[in-house]
Amino acid sequence: MADHDRTDNVMKDHKMTNSELALLSCRLREQTVDVITGAKTGHIGGDMSVMDILVMLYFRHMNISPANMDDPDRDKFVLSKGHSVESYYTVLAEKGFFDFEAYKNSFSRYGSEFIGHPHNTIPGVEMNSGSLGHGLPVCVGMALAGKMDGAPYRVFTVMGDGELAEGSVWEGAMAAGHYHLDNLCAVVDRNGLQISGRTEDVMSHEPLADRFAAFGWHVIECDGHDMDSLDAAFREAEAFRGMPSVVIAHTVKGCGSSVMEDKAAWHHKVPNAEEAAQIRADLEERKEACRHA
Amino acid sequence: MRKLPELNAAGNKIPNRQAICETLMEAAGRDRNVVALCSDSRGSASMTPFFEAFPEQSIEVGIAEQNLVGISAGLAKCGKKPYAFSPACFLSTRSYEQAKIDCAYSDTNVKLIGISGGVSYGALGMSHHSAQDIAAMSAIPNMRVYLPSDRHQTRKLIEALLEDEKCAYVRVGRNPVEDIYSEDDCPFEMDRATILADSEEYDAAIIACGEMVRPAVEAAKLLKNDGIRAAVVDMYCVKPIDREAVLTAARRAKLIVTAEEHAPFGGLGSMVSQIAAAECPRRVINLALPDAPVVTGNSREVFETYGLNAAGIAAAVRGAEEFL
Repeated sequence: MADHDRTDNVMKDHKMTNSELALLSCRLREQTVDVITGAKTGHIGGDMSVMDILVMLYFRHMNISPANMDDPDRDKFVLSKGHSVESYYTVLAEKGFFDFEAYKNSFSRYGSEFIGHPHNTIPGVEMNSGSLGHGLPVCVGMALAGKMDGAPYRVFTVMGDGELAEGSVWEGAMAAGHYHLDNLCAVVDRNGLQISGRTEDVMSHEPLADRFAAFGWHVIECDGHDMDSLDAAFREAEAFRGMPSVVIAHTVKGCGSSVMEDKAAWHHKVPNAEEAAQIRADLEERKEACRHA
Repeated sequence: MRKLPELNAAGNKIPNRQAICETLMEAAGRDRNVVALCSDSRGSASMTPFFEAFPEQSIEVGIAEQNLVGISAGLAKCGKKPYAFSPACFLSTRSYEQAKIDCAYSDTNVKLIGISGGVSYGALGMSHHSAQDIAAMSAIPNMRVYLPSDRHQTRKLIEALLEDEKCAYVRVGRNPVEDIYSEDDCPFEMDRATILADSEEYDAAIIACGEMVRPAVEAAKLLKNDGIRAAVVDMYCVKPIDREAVLTAARRAKLIVTAEEHAPFGGLGSMVSQIAAAECPRRVINLALPDAPVVTGNSREVFETYGLNAAGIAAAVRGAEEFL
């Protein structure tokens, strides 16, 4: 299959406009907050920063759905920053992989299949994650298999920026560059924060674009909360030949509410009733803005 | 049960790793999904012929063991049957988390081949010895651990592994080991130990794995000359251990001796002791490497130092005379 056919094929099932995707993203943030407040646990900050990336991938750019999970040519996705499982599962439920209410009502509860990190007994999940720095090497393997078979699928992984301190990320980056895996697209959710504070204070990653470029990657930077910007980034990644692409998506941890935006303390925190009310009000306002965009 | 085999004169030149390469080359010719990965280790792994014959099914990852195993898991997830080769010392520790999460926990069909295992690297020292790999790998749920005893059994094991879709860790040594079986006569049942004995009842059972099986058989023959009946249990399947074989040995023998090229904790000896203690208490003597860096020397010298040879195993049985 020619590449443009692949894109058209993926796109035909994905008819929402970018504004509609932005609105969807707001609603899925609300649902994710509900999951976290109900379960009294969750990595809410990273959930909010990664949501627009996941929505753009699952509802625009990736050929992954409950209908094609047995198709070897489906695209492959690994959430390397596994602690953002709450938003990931909310997106998978929205895609129809499982019932959202069942997930929400059992997440992290005793005996639940919905563990606090991605687990591949859950429909739609390819690989278990949770320990950082695993996703990229695994995706290199998936992309190599695709090249060996001449398969049309593309491989995606989303990493956190704090995760980039793991040496295995750079082992994977090295191999992806060496093997010119242009069917591989890595995304960095560059929210600038990790549990202990600013990434640049904990362990600096800049100049991040130069680092990936030096490993043989095509680097694309975008606004990770702007659907047009994300859409353009993934289009560019898909069109680029001869090198793997990395999308450095500049995001805000806790994006969606003033309560938690850009605050390291919200890496893993459950909002109290008052905070939850404010978060919901902020997200409602954000939805209104999307409707009028 | 099989009779204790007649042992060939010394002289085998084919290490178990070469048997793996030959078996995989046959499989790769039939099945393009059989792939081999090395971490700058294709020479040590005896895999150069595979890489030359099947370049499209060979992947070099450089000196990067975490990448080796992570990439293998991704390949497996996409229908490949990856065999990841790296020195056992690095494979079992440097990439331990990838083995745990990307292979065992994610349930991918990755076969991890630990080469130059145990003290094969001799004088290169503790950094290059893998005396903890049985303990480490066995502790991971869904990970299987195999230490084949000779080249014929190694071939049978790899043929069996090619047929299943679960992950496994296989440890082989660097040097050729003398044959126990032969091409025409190599009893093998997956996940069942091979019991070698000349009588239904015996005085002692020697339960061994990997390179310790051959000296165990030699020890049984030495003991026979002394009028002591010893059986050998070739426990190549360390996990899932053949519980029934351990219990058979415990019931039929008065004494159990275990022999392994491994630290004294968490290996074959620990597992056998656990089973025997729980279900059929017997005196169990564990022969293993010490809980310390081993003496400088080649494998033979190291084994001799710690009694991990025919004379040492036989001496351990004789020394427990009061139990016989």
